[in-house]
Amino acid sequence: MRKKLWIYLALLVVIPGLMFTVSCAKKVTQAEPSAEETAVEPEVDTAARIAEEQAAQEEAARQWEMAAEEDIEEQRQAEDAAKEAEMQQDMAAAKQMFENEDIYFDFDSSALEMMATEVLKRKADWLFETADASIIIEGHCDARGTEAYNIALGDRRAESAKAFLVDIGVDESRLTSISYGEERPVDPEANAEAWAKNRRVHFVIE
Amino acid sequence: MRKLNITKILTVVCLVGFMAFLPAAGAEEYEYIDISNPFLRKIPTAIPRFKNMSENKKGEVLSVKLADSLSKTLAFTGYFKMLDRGAFLADPRNPDITATRINFRNWTVIGSELLLTGGVAADDDYIELELRMFDTFQEKMIIGKRYKGRESNLRQIIQRFCGEVMFHLTGTRGVFNSRVAFVNAEGGVKEIFISEFDGYNPRQFTTNSDLSLFPAWSSDAKWLAYTSYARGKPDLYIMNIKEKNGAVVTRKGILITPAWVPGKFELAATLSFSGDQEIYLLTGRGKIIKRLTTSRGIDVEPTWSPDGKKMAFVSKRSGTPQIYIKNVVSGRVRRLTFEGRYNTQPNWSPRGDSIVFSTMQLGRIDIYTIGVDGKDLRRLTEDQGDNEAPSWSPDGSLIVFSSNREGISKIYVMTAFGTDQRRLISLPGAQTSPKWSPNIANQ
Repeated sequence: MRKKLWIYLALLVVIPGLMFTVSCAKKVTQAEPSAEETAVEPEVDTAARIAEEQAAQEEAARQWEMAAEEDIEEQRQAEDAAKEAEMQQDMAAAKQMFENEDIYFDFDSSALEMMATEVLKRKADWLFETADASIIIEGHCDARGTEAYNIALGDRRAESAKAFLVDIGVDESRLTSISYGEERPVDPEANAEAWAKNRRVHFVIE
Repeated sequence: MRKLNITKILTVVCLVGFMAFLPAAGAEEYEYIDISNPFLRKIPTAIPRFKNMSENKKGEVLSVKLADSLSKTLAFTGYFKMLDRGAFLADPRNPDITATRINFRNWTVIGSELLLTGGVAADDDYIELELRMFDTFQEKMIIGKRYKGRESNLRQIIQRFCGEVMFHLTGTRGVFNSRVAFVNAEGGVKEIFISEFDGYNPRQFTTNSDLSLFPAWSSDAKWLAYTSYARGKPDLYIMNIKEKNGAVVTRKGILITPAWVPGKFELAATLSFSGDQEIYLLTGRGKIIKRLTTSRGIDVEPTWSPDGKKMAFVSKRSGTPQIYIKNVVSGRVRRLTFEGRYNTQPNWSPRGDSIVFSTMQLGRIDIYTIGVDGKDLRRLTEDQGDNEAPSWSPDGSLIVFSSNREGISKIYVMTAFGTDQRRLISLPGAQTSPKWSPNIANQ
């Protein structure tokens, strides 16, 4: 019985103790926020400034970056333009070469010489690269010989060039041939040099 | 319309004239002109100034003008040697124009074999002409005609009488009702022009401002076919000359050198739509009837025999351009030219026996004739620049051609034997590709 009494006594001591402890703990936790409030206030102020500074810095950096980016874009555009111009120049040059480079024939002949086939291969390359282009193949003769026969001969010359291009894969629908006979000489002089220049097939881009 | 009426009136008047002056009987018996080579000996002919029968100023002026015109027109044929009026013994002031009054000895003594006289009466509107031709040795009239017309008809009247003269001397009416089509080049543009047979009154026919080439007359002279680049490439145009309408034949490649089949509304031309230059027979509307050549290589420049049964053309089938003849009935083809390495531009004589063409040799082009049998090759031009594109007159007595003998290419005419070469057309610029028309009925 006495043992029970001691336990009750002990309990009587421990419980209020526990209760005190709990209340005490409560008090501490209650006190802490108030202490923090006073201490944190100035600290918030600093953080805002830092954030502001940081933002400003970031903004500056961004601005710099943008400026840099803009510069790069400009540079790129300039480069592109240059490249484009160069490409166009190349294309124009290729086009010009295409139109300026004639093939030549012997008198009263429509047979393609070795040189002519080399030129025609280059024409084909250009035509493969420039898939949307159609061309006119003009057959011409020198002033010697007679008019009608020369129109027939010019027709054969243009047809020889056309057949060669078709053989190496150029779509025939892109090629139109026309004969001018002796009607349109590049050199109107009456000498061997002029005649050689006039016996030609000329290419025109449509 | 007005012109047509005048022509009708003129025709009626001429018929009346014909009855009034019947030619002396048996005129056709005379063999005046040797057809084999009439130009070796020209007929000495006298044409004194005409008698002024109206005795007014107009008649006075015309009496000289018309005598000159008659002399010039006849001389064009190459058959006559016109005697100088200064050598005439008869009184030039008061010429005798009828057989009963003419002293033929005055004419035979100066060597004149033919005498042509004229009388002219002119009032304000009309002019009456009496024209006669006499054989001075036989002392008789061969032709006598009376004409009436306006001043604008005088050229035509003279030509009509010249036609009569030629008919009595050669059996054909000559070239006086014919024209010449040719190509006129100025500033890179080539247009087709048409002039009278003697080069008079050249008029522009095409107005394409591009290249128009190779004119070809239909045998009724109502249609002209030619090649034009007006649509950017050499197409074939078949045009009614009076109406100026017709067909444009366009295909892939070239359409060149048309030649009408005599007596038909059909023509041959070179087309290259197959990739090869071949000669086809087409209707006058431009539809293909059939292919006429079948050899690989160039076949161009067809020209028809007068009966339309044979066609001469240029082919490169043997390696160089040469002239061939195809019998379109049997289909047989034979080579005509063997001399030279460049024979082109054949044109079949309306007389049927000979073909005129051009040969290029040592860089120079000259005109030759060759018999249809391949014999009798004759050179007609020599040492006078390039001479090209020969075309026969409708009576086969003359040849029109182009030559650069004076620098720029111009149109010339010569006899079938190469004599009497002279300039035909006086226009600025260059003229090429002449084609002589058939005689034009009811001009």
